[in-house]
Amino acid sequence: MTPLTGYLLVAALLFSIGLAGALTRRNAILVLIGIELMLNAANLNLIAFWRYGPHPEALTGMMFAIFSIAVAAAEAAVGLGLVIQIHRHAHTTDLDQMNRMKG
Amino acid sequence: MSIVFYLLAALTVAGGLAAMLLKNMVHCVLALTVAFAGLALLFLKLDAQFAGFAQILVYIGAVAILVVFAILLTRGSETPKDGVFSRSWLIGLVIAAAVFAVLGWAVLQSARVLPHETAIPVVTVKQIGAALVGRYVLPLEIVAVLLTAAMIGAVIVAMHENVGHEKEGSK
Repeated sequence: MTPLTGYLLVAALLFSIGLAGALTRRNAILVLIGIELMLNAANLNLIAFWRYGPHPEALTGMMFAIFSIAVAAAEAAVGLGLVIQIHRHAHTTDLDQMNRMKG
Repeated sequence: MSIVFYLLAALTVAGGLAAMLLKNMVHCVLALTVAFAGLALLFLKLDAQFAGFAQILVYIGAVAILVVFAILLTRGSETPKDGVFSRSWLIGLVIAAAVFAVLGWAVLQSARVLPHETAIPVVTVKQIGAALVGRYVLPLEIVAVLLTAAMIGAVIVAMHENVGHEKEGSK
């Protein structure tokens, strides 16, 4: 097994764990955490391809990962703000109980 | 494959698993922090020092703290009585397992054609900075605008709108 294969498998495993969490947990914050894990797994792929691919001095994969980290931070801020607002409105963060629109 | 990689991979995956399986949500965030730290160490192992330290600063320093604040503000630290997994947990688990099977199969099938450069890339922070304000200046500006918009949006979304309703506001 080459090193790149190992990193890709770890990233795939982490992505699946995040996906399983996002699909099975009831709490909205835990779903957001699962999405963060999936984004991080994608970042690991980008960095691994940058390291083992040709022309690392072009910095393409590295830049993509850095911008992805910034976008994920923005996503976390907006997502958690939404969860707090929903909790204030519906007094729950349980996704199984959030089955109505228009409040 | 070195022993360091296996240790870091085990740490990261164990942190991710614990973050998704534990019942107490504060414990989940602590496990998530372990997973983030393991990922940052994997970045360092891949000779991407800048990305590794950015990961530590952004995720461990900011996102984990933000999630802890959100959990405490929504009283999520109390474990719910009727389980932490949703009613359709089996379907979600099957979908995730199928996704992992497809990804793992694709990676293992394409192992021979994947690139494998052995030379360690030497990238200084000066080069990264020059690339950020040179070739990647447009994405940098867009990310700056995005972060500003996200910050303002998060504040507006989480702000009290029902100040007039005393009953709602007191809860």
